[in-house]
Amino acid sequence: MKRHLLEAADLDRDDATLVLDTAAQIEAALAGREVKKLPTLRGRTVVNLFYEDSTRTRISFELAAKRLSADVINFSAKGSSVSKGESLKDTALTLEAMGADGIVVRHFASGAPHRLAHWVKGSVVNAGDGTHEHPTQALLDAYTIRQRLGRLDGVRVVVVGDVLHSRVARSNVWLLSTLGAQVTLVAPPTLLPVGVGSWPVAVGYDLDAVLPGADVVMMLRVQAERMNASFFPSAREYSRRYGLDARRMGLLGDDAIVMHPGPMNRGMEIAAEVADSARSTIVDQVGNGVSVRMAVLYLLLGGAPE
Amino acid sequence: MTLIKNVRPYGEDAVDIRITDGRMTEIGPGLDGDDDVVDGAGLVALPGLVDLHTHLREPGREDAETVETGSRAAALGGFTAVHAMANTDPVADTAGVVEQVWRLGQQAGLVDVVPVGAVTVGLRGERLAELGAMADSAARVRVFSDDGHCVADPALMRRALEYVKALDGVVAQHAEEPRLTVGAQMNEGDRSARLGLAGWPAAAEEAVIARDVLLAGHVGARLHVCHVSTAGSVEILRWAKSRGVQVTAEVTPHHLLLTDECAESYDPVFKVNPPLRTDADVQALRAGLADGTIDAVATDHAPHAVEDKESEWATARPGMLGLEQALPVVVATMVEPGLLDWRGVADRMSVRPAAIGRLEQHGRPLAVGEPANLLLLDPARRSVVDPAALASRSRNSPYAGRELPGRVVATFLRGTATVLDGKAVK
Repeated sequence: MKRHLLEAADLDRDDATLVLDTAAQIEAALAGREVKKLPTLRGRTVVNLFYEDSTRTRISFELAAKRLSADVINFSAKGSSVSKGESLKDTALTLEAMGADGIVVRHFASGAPHRLAHWVKGSVVNAGDGTHEHPTQALLDAYTIRQRLGRLDGVRVVVVGDVLHSRVARSNVWLLSTLGAQVTLVAPPTLLPVGVGSWPVAVGYDLDAVLPGADVVMMLRVQAERMNASFFPSAREYSRRYGLDARRMGLLGDDAIVMHPGPMNRGMEIAAEVADSARSTIVDQVGNGVSVRMAVLYLLLGGAPE
Repeated sequence: MTLIKNVRPYGEDAVDIRITDGRMTEIGPGLDGDDDVVDGAGLVALPGLVDLHTHLREPGREDAETVETGSRAAALGGFTAVHAMANTDPVADTAGVVEQVWRLGQQAGLVDVVPVGAVTVGLRGERLAELGAMADSAARVRVFSDDGHCVADPALMRRALEYVKALDGVVAQHAEEPRLTVGAQMNEGDRSARLGLAGWPAAAEEAVIARDVLLAGHVGARLHVCHVSTAGSVEILRWAKSRGVQVTAEVTPHHLLLTDECAESYDPVFKVNPPLRTDADVQALRAGLADGTIDAVATDHAPHAVEDKESEWATARPGMLGLEQALPVVVATMVEPGLLDWRGVADRMSVRPAAIGRLEQHGRPLAVGEPANLLLLDPARRSVVDPAALASRSRNSPYAGRELPGRVVATFLRGTATVLDGKAVK
């Protein structure tokens, strides 16, 4: 593994597989234990540096670090020196001086973790940067697919929705392709980036046409503010053309699964009966997130302190 | 009196040049006398460079640059005149502000600082500033620009183009359709898609240039296009010129050399507006400059304080330094590949920009009787750019660590050396 986890595009097949295998080992080691805790990162300090609200991702990372016995500090940009105008660099150097071994960063600006990695000695884990990447989400998605389907190689994954603004989509495109899956993006053309033609994916506009051949359908969250900027005419039209409802779910093969990174807009991109169906892995994804993030922290920080 | 020995004007046969009372008074072989002698052996003499596009930041952001520090950077780059853009604080939209900038330039005395006047009050794009008052002031403004902002309203742009005809002026347009670049961070294409940075489409520049050349042709006015950055823009300009439209255009050194690949690092030193484009655009810009479709190289020298650049990409301010490396970049991208000879460099970096700005004492040939505004360049000398060694008050050079050819050894402004032995005289 490299020193940082900045983007899924950085991971080669061996590194990505190592993370998934490590997560599986951790899960096996903890299974059935009364005290779900490993001593691996005792004495190490992990800082969760969050410039955006994200309760679920922060809690997942916090739990992962605590289960590895690390000391965890949560640093939220709201109500801190950051809201008083402190720069990312000054914050980074402050955390560095406090002895942070790992910095888990969520930021509204694409590339912020890359800048951070440039300024600190500790390991940086990207917990989502702007519209760029969210690599641990893609790792937990890959882990979940492998868990449910038994493989990743040759798996046909359809990613549906706001690809343009989605860091989850970008990370999944790179990681799943690296791991041998075939990715198809389906979205209104307004929500696909110019330049998507250079990605290792197929692109379509017709959801009904691709569902029968899919092993995995991954629904992306669509934010209401996109509607106001004319990316699509109305929530109703979006839902009709690109939402996953019960009828569309019926087009899927018997073993196909439905994923969503959360938080969901029930009734918009995904119908409640789909989200709560047996095909849905949404709850598994949350649980697997902790194991995968433990694996990432273990692989990046697990060595003896320098 | 100064005597430059064995120098090659425009890279041609070596001669001696005598300078007396601010003018070149004798040019030929074997001159002697008891003047101050400057050894020009191995050096190329060119007319002093003229920049149509410099941000000197004074008044308002003296922490990033002042007229004096920017003038020193310009002299070290071989410039004898620079146009100071209007987006200062306060904006240069009145006779008072342009005269202040002009006077600061005179006091610094390193280059002729020629203020650019804002087209619209406060650069807000709503109503015309008092263009006539700025033209009639001591600063003698001839170039008007809202640079940093596009004059996006087509009716207002038409009026501006028409109005400055009476002033022998020109509107220098920052071509950027603002509705197409909301939140834009870098060139829109394969790289922006992957990096997750909002795209700045080439069409946002090209659409405004196409509109403006049609307007300029319709009303018979002069139009100048700032920092052309795309292959499509070059094609539109070529078409407009073939139709007889009075349009001129400039390209920056960075758009001749760098591509959007630089954004991969997310280092905001490479964030600039218009953004760095693709290699195909770079090649088209070089070809356009070589064939004269693009008239001038202009630096868009944009100093920024450290805190405005050492940040996340999206929050950093756009712009990069250019004055001290402009000529070396042109040598690397145009002269060494054989696209321009030294007379071509003189034309694009001195003669034509001086003509666009209506500067009578600059952009003149190296000839007896002409003002002694000239530079001496060592074309063989290559050096690695060290931002800490620059004269600019800011450090945001995109060329840090890059080896570039050509070193300005001396610059003369009306016969007085502003640079000697590669160092500023004052």
